[in-house]
Amino acid sequence: MSKSQSSDVGVKRTVRKTLWALMGMVLFTIALVPLYDVFCEVTGLNGKTATSAQVMSAQGRDETRWVRVQLVTRSGTGLPWRLEALDQVIAVHPGEIAQARFRFTNTSDVRSSGRAVPSVSPSQGARHFRKMECFCFQEQWLEGGESIELPLVFQVDPALPADIQTLTLAYTLYPMSEVVAQGGYRE
Amino acid sequence: MASESTHAVLQPNVGTAEHGHHPAQMPTGIMRWVLTTNHKEIGSLYLLFSLLMLFVGGSMALVIRAELFQPGLQYVQPEFFNQMTTMHGLIMVFGAIMPAFVGLANWMIPMQIGAPDMALPRLNNFSFWLLPVAFGILLSTLLMEGGGPNFGWTFYAPLSTTYAPPSTSFFIMSIHLAGISSILGAINIIATILNLRTPGMRLMDMSLFVWTWLITAFLLIAVMPVLAGVVTMMLLDINFGTSFFDAAGGGDPVLFQHLFWFFGHPEVYIMILPAFGIVSLIVPTFARKRLFGYASMVYATASIALLSFVVWAHHMFTVGLPLTAELFFMYSTMLIAVPTGVKVFNWIATLFRGSISFEVPMLFALGFIVMFTIGGLSGVMLAIVPADFQYHDTYFVVAHFHYVLVPGALFAILAGAYYWMPKWTGHYADETLGRWHFWLSVIGVNLTFFPMHFSGLAGMPRRIPDYALQFADFNMISSIGGFLFGFSQLIFVWVLVKAIRGGEKAPAKAWEGAEGLEWTVPCPAPIHTFETPPKFVPEVDSPSRH
Repeated sequence: MSKSQSSDVGVKRTVRKTLWALMGMVLFTIALVPLYDVFCEVTGLNGKTATSAQVMSAQGRDETRWVRVQLVTRSGTGLPWRLEALDQVIAVHPGEIAQARFRFTNTSDVRSSGRAVPSVSPSQGARHFRKMECFCFQEQWLEGGESIELPLVFQVDPALPADIQTLTLAYTLYPMSEVVAQGGYRE
Repeated sequence: MASESTHAVLQPNVGTAEHGHHPAQMPTGIMRWVLTTNHKEIGSLYLLFSLLMLFVGGSMALVIRAELFQPGLQYVQPEFFNQMTTMHGLIMVFGAIMPAFVGLANWMIPMQIGAPDMALPRLNNFSFWLLPVAFGILLSTLLMEGGGPNFGWTFYAPLSTTYAPPSTSFFIMSIHLAGISSILGAINIIATILNLRTPGMRLMDMSLFVWTWLITAFLLIAVMPVLAGVVTMMLLDINFGTSFFDAAGGGDPVLFQHLFWFFGHPEVYIMILPAFGIVSLIVPTFARKRLFGYASMVYATASIALLSFVVWAHHMFTVGLPLTAELFFMYSTMLIAVPTGVKVFNWIATLFRGSISFEVPMLFALGFIVMFTIGGLSGVMLAIVPADFQYHDTYFVVAHFHYVLVPGALFAILAGAYYWMPKWTGHYADETLGRWHFWLSVIGVNLTFFPMHFSGLAGMPRRIPDYALQFADFNMISSIGGFLFGFSQLIFVWVLVKAIRGGEKAPAKAWEGAEGLEWTVPCPAPIHTFETPPKFVPEVDSPSRH
């Protein structure tokens, strides 16, 4: 008599319950990804900005303060391109429409495509940085040696918290042609 | 104690009709071990496997320490060094510490609750044999083109996806297998504890080791799916063009860290809660007093487990969290010091006015209390957000988690091994060799890890094969200590082999002050125990009795 009938039933019941709990945690894990995205979109926590053009905010200009917008660029993820911010710092009043120019240069002699992905810090400012026009909404194709100048039209929302005096917008260049070709870029 | 009459039923009773899970004829030779469904044999397999992995992971640590003995590159290339730090961490966490605790659970939980075996013996066999496969795969990546995993045991994306070696898919496979093994083991342990306790034993009558394992098993069920999910997302990012963690495709690398540490922080308690249980048995035995504050121990363990789910971002203070989040995670982390403090207080209160003797298991348990507390205090230092910005990713962190894992978890496992060795082998461990093992380990561990506090505070980053000259002295001391500690563990192998082959015979109750059902069966424990549930009278036998 190693195990009684009742404990066998009990074991089955316990196993069933733990499997349900396990299933619940699997679903929870899957749900965490969209939940994280929603959470970040609401709070702007990961510094991501909108991925398509936004309408301008019509709250009017806040002439009482200035916000310094720093524009920085980073490349070096394997794409032989150079990305330069032609206007490195722009001072704007919240609500004001401003434009910044960027130059993309393909330093190789092969046609390739890339995409500049923006990130705003401090991240609390991300959702108050509105882009009306941006090259970051789609990928760019450049012939070998080609160089183009592209604009960014943006507005800093007057709802920006008062303690933020400087917003830094960083663009990182990522290769796109290889991504499509290989399903992930590697060296 | 259970009454003496329980001895009458302890006849070895192989292959009777009631044992549906036993083959009619016991296989012999290697197949006996491959096919075994006996909790004691599977427990031994787990323990021997983890001992082997301790030496494999330990050798990698010695490669690291040899390279860091002096500045400059001497023995290995940085690429290989990175593989060593990564594999050392993965093997020690998933291959040595966790299987060792599962092995102890297999051996001791059925015997402590008066059950004849685990609730699901065949599943038990499967959970074990997944492990050699998992670690075979993991170790084989070292021989592959591009080398093994080299991104640290925390495998942060995109280092582990975009920039990872081609062998990463094998690494993911091995993590999946080890995770499935842990989940199945946890289900088995929960089913055993909740259903197979001897009549009369309530939950609050269980030994602390059983309690801590029950809570640990729930933690495993809760977080192993998260680990499985995160490595699956890595697999998709690498091979199927998704962008969970890839900023170029709209993903977020910080999401990886959130998911990983949502698993990772409960994981570190998975590696310490059973250690609390072992120490909570050994300290009362050798202080010859009952454990002080049994109920508070149970509640403290449960509190630590619950809090472990709301502290994960303290590993990520420097990723750019908003101030509110940093404050929340700082305070919730510090809150864990309260239940942990309760535990340390209870152990000390148990020692207070006890008739203490210092056999080897007790030495390791006392070493645990002192040095685990050092690791706990450096943990509180790391919880302080402004200080963490300085300590983050330095050797201070390395010192902290090695203090809680080596003289913490590992010492508790060794304490348990010395404590139950008479029950496993029938012979006491050699006391003299055991003392050498203990003292050399204590000296080695402190020589290795204490100077790391200083090199870390001085700014030495972790996971680097070469370092600035001002860290040379501390690193030399750490390396000498590392080799001393590593080679001292060979004494343990010697002790174990000696105890298996002979030595001083142990009676059923091997230690004068020991309590619990496992001490009512002979030493060595016969292959089948408690085929008839033993008598258990809470007023006499419960560790929580008044």
